[in-house]
Amino acid sequence: MRYLVKKIFILIVTMFLISILTFCAFHVIPGDPAQLILGTTASPEKLDALRTQLGTNLPLREQYRNWITGFLCGDFGTSIRYSMPVKSLIEGHVTVTLFLGLMVICLTMLVSIPLGIFTAKKRGTWVEQFLGFFNIIGLSVPGFFLSILLMWVFGLVLHLFTPGAYVSYIDSIPGFLQYMIFPAIAISIPEIATLTRYVQTAVLEEMDKDYVRTARGKGAGTERILYRHILRNAIVAVIPLIGMIVGSIFSGSIIVEQVFAVPGIGRLLISSVTGRDFPLTQTLVMYIALIIVLTNFAVDLLIQIIDPRIRLSD
Amino acid sequence: MKNGKWELRIGFLLAGIVIFLAVLSIFWTPYGINEMDKTARMTAPSLEHLFGTDNLGRDVFSRAIVGGRFTLLVAISTVGACTVISTILGLIAGYVGGAVDEVIMRLIDAVNSFPGILIALVIVTIMQQGNYTIVIALCVMFIPSFTRIVRTGTLQYKDADFVRSNKVFGDSDLRLLLVHIFPNILPLLLSSVIVGLSNAILAESGMSYLGLGIQPPAPSWGRMLYEAQSFLFRAPWCALAPGFMIVVTIVAFNCIGDGLKKRFLA
Repeated sequence: MRYLVKKIFILIVTMFLISILTFCAFHVIPGDPAQLILGTTASPEKLDALRTQLGTNLPLREQYRNWITGFLCGDFGTSIRYSMPVKSLIEGHVTVTLFLGLMVICLTMLVSIPLGIFTAKKRGTWVEQFLGFFNIIGLSVPGFFLSILLMWVFGLVLHLFTPGAYVSYIDSIPGFLQYMIFPAIAISIPEIATLTRYVQTAVLEEMDKDYVRTARGKGAGTERILYRHILRNAIVAVIPLIGMIVGSIFSGSIIVEQVFAVPGIGRLLISSVTGRDFPLTQTLVMYIALIIVLTNFAVDLLIQIIDPRIRLSD
Repeated sequence: MKNGKWELRIGFLLAGIVIFLAVLSIFWTPYGINEMDKTARMTAPSLEHLFGTDNLGRDVFSRAIVGGRFTLLVAISTVGACTVISTILGLIAGYVGGAVDEVIMRLIDAVNSFPGILIALVIVTIMQQGNYTIVIALCVMFIPSFTRIVRTGTLQYKDADFVRSNKVFGDSDLRLLLVHIFPNILPLLLSSVIVGLSNAILAESGMSYLGLGIQPPAPSWGRMLYEAQSFLFRAPWCALAPGFMIVVTIVAFNCIGDGLKKRFLA
């Protein structure tokens, strides 16, 4: 219980700091949003009116208060570039990224957990060396280069999909999946490389523990020990990584969505950055950071529930 | 692979080639980087044009090695600046402890909850675009992890016997930190710095791909990939060459970093 209170306290402090950092970052910019919207030829009266409307003539503390209460109530302001509420822009883009993220998580788990166990089993053989080599390559290929390679091989040479011709899930779900699997693969490869290594290390570490020797002494077979005893403990060691993976899925999708022209949050973010659309960028940054902080919080709680040892030691 | 010997060998070999090409590009390139040959647009790799030519008839090899120079320069200056700042922050946080430590670590946690590229994007948004912006952006991105490494190391050695005994002999705090604690952290920091270099190259080329990194007309690997995407089918070498260079460079630094870590831990 004390642990939970402490965690929630840290969560609130971190969220507060994130909001302050985001707010400050976007308020030290030289340049006036009103001027940006109306252009340099606008009359001073019009500028003043717009400043009052946007609230940019208030003191910083008040601006922060207005912004954060708005944010908490779901009022994210209006995008300069699209002239529509940021909220509906995000709602229109978030589903695609969510799908993409889910596909990446499924792919990563499905490949890296079995692969990690497999490499751990083959300790000290050429298989381990070979997969170690693949691991290094997987971590070294940037997402956008991988995307371009996938596009070239599967799109242009094998004609499995048309690069750049995104199919919306509203129009055709199979078409959507067929298109999205390639960006998902592009984001997954580095994740798979990371996670496989972690699973492998976790399994190897557990293999040397006393309970494994005991189980073996009692006559349990190798497979049984691996799947009944070791795997359970190894998975617990891997769970804390989920938070990190969610973070890097976001980073990955920011660039990969751009390459594949997938209209998700990442693409929206890049277009807001290049278009200097501050209200939109600010909200998206806050939004993504909050998702990651909350995921980490949930992961912490999950570990508590799954692993009684941590609960007891606290 | 005992003690990371092979990793180190491969790493140094590849890094040597990339750095040699980058340095070479200062003095000599086969063709000018903006020299267009209208008669040789999108020609496949040949002895004349090692990596072929792009849609404007520019030599891809020349552009790739000059691009490497810019990317490496950004990566090295980023990681250099970042190491100095994080070392100071980490030493202070670990050694002073208490409220100072708490403030530094909470701030670092807050920065860390943004995905790296997001920080870089925010900084590029709020600052004027220029070749220095990307260095500052990437620097902020790497400070948290480096600071944490230095802090953990400092905590580990702060109460070690040799530090305590020197304290009894009257060494000042500054001397303890710089002469006794810091050299012990150095090996671990060094391998992280090398891995940091490859992360910086990855991040820089990503930002350049998005058009937010090194500004044209200076060539960069990321930008070359972006430009090559539109004629990918007709001239795949334009994308493969810079992409291949990025992968080789990152593999090189990752290998050196891994090898050093294994050697120091052994």
